[in-house]
Amino acid sequence: MDLTTKYMGLTLKNPLVPSASPLSKDLDNIKKLEDAGASAIVLYSLFEEQINFEASEMDYFLTRGTHSFAEALSYFPESDDYYRGPEEYLEHIQAVKKSTNIPVIASLNGVSTGGWIDYAKKMQDAGADALELNIYFLATDSGMECRQIENQYNIILKAVKANVNIPVAVKIGSNFSSIPRTALELQDNGADALVMFNRFYQPDLDLDELEVKPGVVLSSSNDLRVPLRWIAILRDKMDISLAGTTGVHTALDALKLIAAGADVTQMCASLLVNGPSYLGTILADMEKWLDEKEYASLDILRGSMSQKAVADPGAFERANYMKALNEFKNQYVR
Amino acid sequence: MSRKMVTLDGNEAAAYVAHKVNEVIAIYPITPSSPMGEWSDAFSAAGQKNIWGTVPQVVEMQSEGGASGAVHGALQTGALTTTFTASQGLLLMIPNMFKIAGELTSTVFHVSARTVATHALSIFGDHSDILATRSTGWALLASNSIQEIMDFALISQAATLDTRVPFIHFFDGFRSSHEVQKVEQLTVDDIKAMIDDDKVLEHRSRGLTPDNPVIRGTAQNPDVFFQARETVNPFYNVCPEKVQNAMDKFAKIVGRQYNLFDYVGDPDAERVIILMGSGAEAAQEAVEYMNSQGEKVGMIKVRLYRPFSAEHFIRAIPASVKTLGVLDRTKEPGSTGEPLYNDVLTVLGEMNQDGKLPFALPKVIGGRYGLSSKEFTPAMVKGIFDNLAQDKPKNHFTVGINEDLTHSSLDYDPTYSTESDDVVRAIFYGLGSDGTVGANKNSIKIIGEETDNFAQGYFVYDSKKAGSVTVSHLRFGPKEIHSTYLIDQANFVACHQQFFIEKFNVVEKAADGATFLLNSLASPEEVWNTLAKPIQKTIIDKKMKLYVIDAYDVAKKTGMGVRINTIMQTCFFAISGVLPKDEAIEYIKGAIKKTYSKKGDQIVQMNYKAVDETLAHLHEVKITDSVTSDKDMPQLIPDDAPEFVKNVVSKIIVNKGDDVPTSAFPVDGTFESGTTQFDKRNIALDIPEWDPETCIQCNKCAMVCPHAAIRPKVYDPKNLSGAPEKFKSVKARGKDFPEDWVFTLQVAPEDCTGCTLCVEVCPAKNKKEVGKKAINMVPQPPIREAERENYKFFLDIPEPDRREVKVGTVKGSQLLRPLFEYSGACAGCGETPYVKLLSQLFGDRSVIANATGCSSIYGGNLPTFPYTKDQNGRGPAWSNSLFEDNAEFGMGFRMTLDKQNEFARELVQTLSAEIGDTLAKELLEADQADESGIHDQRERVKKLKEKLAGNSSQEAKHLLSLADKLVKKSVWILGGDGWAYDIGYGGLDHVLASGRNINILVMDTEVYSNTGGQMSKSTPLGAVAKFAAAGKPLPKKDAGMIFMTYGNIYVARVAMGYNDLQVVKAMMEADAYDGPSIIFAYSHCIAHGINMAKGMEEQKAAVESGHYQLFRFNPENAAEGKNPLILDSKPPKITFEDFAYRENRFKMLTKSQPERAKMLLGLAQEDITKRIKIYQEWAAMDYSNGNEE
Repeated sequence: MDLTTKYMGLTLKNPLVPSASPLSKDLDNIKKLEDAGASAIVLYSLFEEQINFEASEMDYFLTRGTHSFAEALSYFPESDDYYRGPEEYLEHIQAVKKSTNIPVIASLNGVSTGGWIDYAKKMQDAGADALELNIYFLATDSGMECRQIENQYNIILKAVKANVNIPVAVKIGSNFSSIPRTALELQDNGADALVMFNRFYQPDLDLDELEVKPGVVLSSSNDLRVPLRWIAILRDKMDISLAGTTGVHTALDALKLIAAGADVTQMCASLLVNGPSYLGTILADMEKWLDEKEYASLDILRGSMSQKAVADPGAFERANYMKALNEFKNQYVR
Repeated sequence: MSRKMVTLDGNEAAAYVAHKVNEVIAIYPITPSSPMGEWSDAFSAAGQKNIWGTVPQVVEMQSEGGASGAVHGALQTGALTTTFTASQGLLLMIPNMFKIAGELTSTVFHVSARTVATHALSIFGDHSDILATRSTGWALLASNSIQEIMDFALISQAATLDTRVPFIHFFDGFRSSHEVQKVEQLTVDDIKAMIDDDKVLEHRSRGLTPDNPVIRGTAQNPDVFFQARETVNPFYNVCPEKVQNAMDKFAKIVGRQYNLFDYVGDPDAERVIILMGSGAEAAQEAVEYMNSQGEKVGMIKVRLYRPFSAEHFIRAIPASVKTLGVLDRTKEPGSTGEPLYNDVLTVLGEMNQDGKLPFALPKVIGGRYGLSSKEFTPAMVKGIFDNLAQDKPKNHFTVGINEDLTHSSLDYDPTYSTESDDVVRAIFYGLGSDGTVGANKNSIKIIGEETDNFAQGYFVYDSKKAGSVTVSHLRFGPKEIHSTYLIDQANFVACHQQFFIEKFNVVEKAADGATFLLNSLASPEEVWNTLAKPIQKTIIDKKMKLYVIDAYDVAKKTGMGVRINTIMQTCFFAISGVLPKDEAIEYIKGAIKKTYSKKGDQIVQMNYKAVDETLAHLHEVKITDSVTSDKDMPQLIPDDAPEFVKNVVSKIIVNKGDDVPTSAFPVDGTFESGTTQFDKRNIALDIPEWDPETCIQCNKCAMVCPHAAIRPKVYDPKNLSGAPEKFKSVKARGKDFPEDWVFTLQVAPEDCTGCTLCVEVCPAKNKKEVGKKAINMVPQPPIREAERENYKFFLDIPEPDRREVKVGTVKGSQLLRPLFEYSGACAGCGETPYVKLLSQLFGDRSVIANATGCSSIYGGNLPTFPYTKDQNGRGPAWSNSLFEDNAEFGMGFRMTLDKQNEFARELVQTLSAEIGDTLAKELLEADQADESGIHDQRERVKKLKEKLAGNSSQEAKHLLSLADKLVKKSVWILGGDGWAYDIGYGGLDHVLASGRNINILVMDTEVYSNTGGQMSKSTPLGAVAKFAAAGKPLPKKDAGMIFMTYGNIYVARVAMGYNDLQVVKAMMEADAYDGPSIIFAYSHCIAHGINMAKGMEEQKAAVESGHYQLFRFNPENAAEGKNPLILDSKPPKITFEDFAYRENRFKMLTKSQPERAKMLLGLAQEDITKRIKIYQEWAAMDYSNGNEE
């Protein structure tokens, strides 16, 4: 079965790409993912905060108390090798490149413009085949206008693009007033792909401890619906690659996204729960389904159910809301 | 040959050479020599090779005794070997030094000479340690300056190889070991050229090897020992000449000529002084200045003190000499004079009697100077020369102090100055935490390395670890700087903290026309009148310039937070004129890039911005013609303080300790306790404020407070009459006290260090606003006055009766008055909460033996002492002997108490008729197991004393003096893991095995904290420490397990942050156990690279990961057929990684050697898992069978 996929200029042997997650911190896991059939890997995110503050925070705690007391002018051994901060991320890229044969997509996560953007270039120099720019912005300042927020995405993208010549994907959230407009602007400003969507982790409250709990809730197949809709809508409006992420737990989930128009599907939760080798299961199921349904290649399925391609484009729109509600039935509503 | 100019301190200079010419380095940390070992370790860790192309092996031993043993062994097997030490450390090496010299072994020990502890310990410099080694047969070579340290480190190495006589190469602790200077760095070629490889091969060939076996280290009898001992004579006879040869060779290679004795001064000098060490630099400055004024004076620098070459010495003295002044930097009570003085007399006497003296026998006058780094200035040198000019000069004089008991001290004019006008002299007052010293070291590097100027830096630190004040003394000038003394006439003074101007006259040491830079929140218009009258007057009188900057504002605006170092450094360069401003700014930026580029461009940019913004915010202030301020310098010590505090302690606090005369001091080093209460340091910006409504009165905040600065009290509400308006109280919870009693939680506003441990540990949350707790940090200044009144009122409320308090609970223990308060420990210290708890539980009947280390410094370093007394005048009696002998020292306490108790009991029996049989019987049979029992016994002793009062019999007098010993006393032996796991371990083991009723508290920080983070055997696997730069590869010694195997020792491991009640229980059980007890107390520490505010959380994580398994092992349980081992912590809840990577001591390895970090992490986890299994199996063992059968 021909599963070949083009993703922002990279030729991938299939559309299954593990998304940025803690799994990719470990070289062994990455090898397992490759062995299971992953066609590329998005490395875990390097955060703006890490670049700007982690090293200085470590520096602060290692040097605090120095030059204060005659008997202890310092508390740790002298060495120039410490405080390298994100350099370990760059070394990780090199190590992954060295021990795998699949494209490596480095992930950079931040919300402002500044020195951290220089790391895009360093990632490229370290051997990354592409970048995923994860702009994880949560607007809490009531003084900030919506347009400003959208502009900020483009400013960051342009700054990164100016620094590198490898492809850059932008991972966005789904909470824009106009996703199509935002997506097109990003395309105009040089994005080579859009990754949809980021999951904003929602905090919980612990009433026993009276504390805010930051816990992570992993996605389920139900969460697939949001990217599914927007990929279907955007597919025919956009020229650049689209990646669907969030809620990809089975081969059918992946196939649905591709049918909607995704070039690749990114997975995280299902691999965290089932382990790296689960990717192989999805891949096999996918091939099986395509075989059974007699698809000659994956390309035939791709975009076959985009908004424009389906019989009822309204199914992806507001009208569909009315229809869905009218058809809703359960034990209380009859 | 061109050589690099470098700016470094004496320790680094010595280590640089020593590392290049040795193969094995065995060390043990001791101030001020520790950095030499640390540099060597860092050089080896970085793969730096010696001149033969191989990386020296560096090993940290368990004591200086151990280090010298390892050195001896390495030498005996043929390795080029060295060590670095000082003071007691050198004394511990003496036995090996005799052997090494007796075996004619080539080696150099580099020693930063330090005071040997006598009436007090001192970390500072003099020659008492060096001179105590005179009889060992070692050559003693003195360096006087940083350049000389580098040069002599090499000359001594060449000489020891040539002569086979071992060398101590010494220089003055702190003054030379820590002074930063610009010097010429010897090249590898220089070093190679100086070292004769044939001699190296000869040294190696003398090494023990089974391929050519010999026997060395034999025992000899009276028939031969003596004559065999004399075999070394020829080696010593030629030694001085060979050293001179090495110096001559050095001069040919490098260009600097040294001699065994170097004369400086007028060739026709009549008055000549003789001395060695850094004081010679100040003396040289004085002599040259006096010569320029036409005075015929001179000086001799003694380089090679042993073997002492009479011929070379005599040759160095000008024939015109009439009076010789011999200066010793030591004191030998009871001697005919100090060593150098006696040597000079002997040489002159011998030469004279042999008719070899080339000049008339001069008068020889001896004197002492500079003990414990006491200042030695050109003014004092002038005073000495003036004394030598007298008809009857004062002999055996002292200089630099006011010795008003036997009037040995010389008068001198302290204003006499030899400072040259072309030297920029700058003083900076800063806080340890504000980076002033680091910035100044950086400035020295800039000036030293970027310009032709010479540069010198010396830094004075205080003895407090929280809020410590630093004073930096910087000199820059076109010529070499010989001023080995503090700046007294500064042409630039900077005060980096506004609150210093309330404490002392910061411009007192300013020269006329000097510039004063002040960091102040006040605007340029307002700042002048924030200065007190004396400061204003000084500025006006000296016609000074005043500049002001709000550095904290600039720091905040530029994202620097509270880091003001770059800003203040920029100000210095902008207005001091030491360099053209624009050039200086470029250099600062260059240094910023160098320092911070590895930490990210953002930090570099932030610092650049701070530099640029600084200039815009720096303002010159208009100075009025007369004093306009209405402020006086605030009174620091309250009127009701004891006389000693008012007359002596207060002076030490305001940097005037040098002025206190001898007669003001105790003759034997004994001081009144409880004096920290008079030193209100006000170092916290924020302090906790109590919310009575939210408080649940658990007292956990008081439990963890390292400084006893938050205190609960339960009391009768009638005591509230006359309470200050803002004094808070609330109905007391619980049933232990009468129902109407009230509770107050009071903060000591001026003693709190603002560490926030109390707030972090507070479990009560405000229901309306869960972000708030029962105590919340608020700015201190606005509430200082009111809280000061509240605290005063609080302290006067009667303490509860100890018999009524549930002592064995967290809540109850904290209602007992702390008898350890406001120590100088770090803000957020992990050790002092244990010491404070101990003082609450047993302080009124404890004698404490304290090993040298953090706890002896915050416990007993002048000016003030935290151990204090209760309302009855009782409290801990405390002493520190040494580092290595503390367990034995404490055992001595026990022996005395046991003997005296026994004798008192015998006397009670003897005198039972006079005492009354009932009282005698009660005294002898008293149950003192709890507070009531102790109280009752004290009452009986009181009665006993009344009965004995009129009795003049010998027995009665003795019983009267011993009566208090009938009351139970608790001996506590305190120290850190460096003592308990390493240097004191042998003694600790012996004392624990003695069966005596002693209690040991090991404050386990898992590293040498006081000397700056060296690895101990308690350091965990995987942690980075000095001498474990690649992470410690082996597990922490399980000392608890080792001592449990004795079976009769009470052993506990505790961590307050995990279970505070278990700590109370363990201490109570240890005290109650009539035998040896030891408690290992996990103590978070600044040397862990953690956020100290989260210290208790770190403790919790250490326990939850299984790293610090808590337990109590009580032999009394075994006697009852129960398992003595009770595990007090649950099976691991988190992984070792979860704990370790919270702390930078572990995490930093992931940044330098990630693969190794991972490997060590795995090993550590494996070790923990195995170890916990052993504990669990032991705790599950059935102990009942043996007893039932």
